[in-house]
Amino acid sequence: MISGFVFRALEGRIVAAVGILLAIGILVPALNLLTPPDSALHIPTYVMSLFGKYLCYALLALALDLVWGYCGILSLGHGAFFALGGYAMGMYLMRQIGSRGVYGNPILPDFMVFLNWKELPWFWYGFDWFVFAMVMVLVVPGLLAFVFGWFAFRSRVNGVYLSIITQAMTYALLLAFFRNDMGFGGNNGLTDFKDILGFSVQADGTRAVLFFMSALMLSLCLILASAIVRSKFGKVLVGVRDAESRVRFLGFRVENIKLFTFVVSAMMAGIAGALFVPQVGIINPGEFAPANSIEVVVWTAVGGRGTLIGPIIGAILVNGGKSFFTGAFPEIWLFALGGLFIAVTLFLPKGIVGTIQHGFKARKALKAAAEAEKGRGGTETVAQAQAAE
Amino acid sequence: MNTISETRQKSLLYLENVSVSFDGFKALNSLSFVVEPGELRAIIGPNGAGKTTMMDIITGKTRPDTGTVLFEDTIDLTRQDEADIAQLGIGRKFQKPTVFESHTVWDNLELALNRSRGVFATLFYTLSPEDKARIEEILETIRMIHRKDEYAANLSHGQKQWLEIGMLLAQEPKLLLVDEPVAGMTDAETAETAVLLKEIAKTRSVVVVEHDMGFIRELGVKVTCLAEGSVLAEGSIDFVSNDPKVIENYLGR
Ligand SMILES: Nc1ncnc2c1ncn2[C@@H]1O[C@H](COP(=O)(O)OP(=O)(O)OP(=O)(O)O)[C@@H](O)[C@H]1O
Ligand SMILES: [Mg+2]
Repeated sequence: MISGFVFRALEGRIVAAVGILLAIGILVPALNLLTPPDSALHIPTYVMSLFGKYLCYALLALALDLVWGYCGILSLGHGAFFALGGYAMGMYLMRQIGSRGVYGNPILPDFMVFLNWKELPWFWYGFDWFVFAMVMVLVVPGLLAFVFGWFAFRSRVNGVYLSIITQAMTYALLLAFFRNDMGFGGNNGLTDFKDILGFSVQADGTRAVLFFMSALMLSLCLILASAIVRSKFGKVLVGVRDAESRVRFLGFRVENIKLFTFVVSAMMAGIAGALFVPQVGIINPGEFAPANSIEVVVWTAVGGRGTLIGPIIGAILVNGGKSFFTGAFPEIWLFALGGLFIAVTLFLPKGIVGTIQHGFKARKALKAAAEAEKGRGGTETVAQAQAAE
Repeated sequence: MNTISETRQKSLLYLENVSVSFDGFKALNSLSFVVEPGELRAIIGPNGAGKTTMMDIITGKTRPDTGTVLFEDTIDLTRQDEADIAQLGIGRKFQKPTVFESHTVWDNLELALNRSRGVFATLFYTLSPEDKARIEEILETIRMIHRKDEYAANLSHGQKQWLEIGMLLAQEPKLLLVDEPVAGMTDAETAETAVLLKEIAKTRSVVVVEHDMGFIRELGVKVTCLAEGSVLAEGSIDFVSNDPKVIENYLGR
């Protein structure tokens, strides 16, 4: 049963993608660690961490695609789940600083000492323990998604209304995390991290492991998403996207289907956030900004929603472009992003990967048609190739 | 009183004095209507008579303002939602054919199959030999075995109607509600559909809404004529079509 579930996931394209991701996950750290800094092949640590960041964004886009591309839920609040995962990791990293902070308090992080707090708030308990923090990376975003989804899907909030309340959700969290008395460092957020599991977060070796972990988690989540999408459940998901009432009248509980997918997706976003924070060295309320969540939608749309590889490619390409533009022409980045989104919506509604797949099938159909014309009886294949579009 | 309780004893579907209004407009006006187990019933009536609204009420899509809706004499359908009602054994074909366009014919049927519909049951589902056989059997019934790998989006209108009927069969309902199954079909397809529905009705109750009088005649079953949200006449096709009220409200127009 379980083996069937996993086996189904390992379709050609997914295996290839996982292979490439893992190869990158090993090769980049190897080139960073094993080549001398003056070698032409050397990858500097900051570049590795930059790419590591892209992998985290790719995982976030994959998470969004699962709910948007396959279930039709356009979440404009996935940045919130990402940020919550990031905060959970950030809290662990803060507790690891110990007495090395500016105020030298062995228990309280600097910002708490600064605010004259006498003891650690209860919700910080346990975060000094790595395993607990990692569980929270999944539980906190998952719980928020569960509570949010429970109410939203049960009361059948759909379409634009749902998108708007997801924006409201991330905006509310933005405002809350800005407040100093929330206990998450206010607008400065959490930073000045020292160690992770006893290793310096600045060290090349640690960065290399974090990079590899990003590639690995992205691969695992890709396999999980593929297994979900290719199961009967995945077919129901697409049914919900295309004809929700038909699914209901077949006897499925659409609210549970959406809730499950939303929670899984939020957890993936949380993992992405947790891997992001030690690689960029900071998490602050800005990660909850509504615009961030909208950017994720752009990456996914550019790469191709409803394809699993698309959002990964989209996230990496758009963020690569962003790094380039913000370096070279910082003023025009936002215009470029907006223009890109409009161009993709108008000219590539299926995104890059979706369009390539479409073109591939169209070519097959053309070939089949040519065969049929030659009188080799390819009519069946023409129909199939057209059907596949 | 006695007669009512007797009807209630053996009815599969029982509607009494059901009313519903949308913004003050009475779409159903104390409609009463009974379907026996194993019955095939045809419903006719002018546009806006409330035929689709009646199906909405039975399947839990719309809640009645007043009235009783019972399934198998005991289950109050007004307290259940669409998924519950589907699981109780009421299947529905929409007026506009509604199939999963981005799935193949086979997948459409697999999704409709009457199996456990929970999240984890579907995640770990694998096609069993029985399920495979059942899907093939349905494909035979709806005459689509040669198109099983076709995407539903590429089917003709008539084939979509048939696929949707096939999906309802896969659901194994006790009661099938079919809204205008032959709309947009050729005469040959219409005749075939009549045969198919009669075949289906051998093992379950079916309620068919249709405007096509030729088709209704071919079915040769008890007919209910609705108008303005209530029953105008009920009986054989000849009886109903000679009723002056029916002629005035529907056939004569
Ligand atoms: N959800 C709704 N909101 C508002 N009005 C509705 C709604 N559903 C149905 N109506 C109205 O109720 C009346 C009955 O509609 P219904 O669809 O039941 O008619 P029908 O008998 O199926 O007609 P047709 O033969 O055209 O399918 C119509 O006037 C329709 O406009
Ligand atoms: Mg109707």
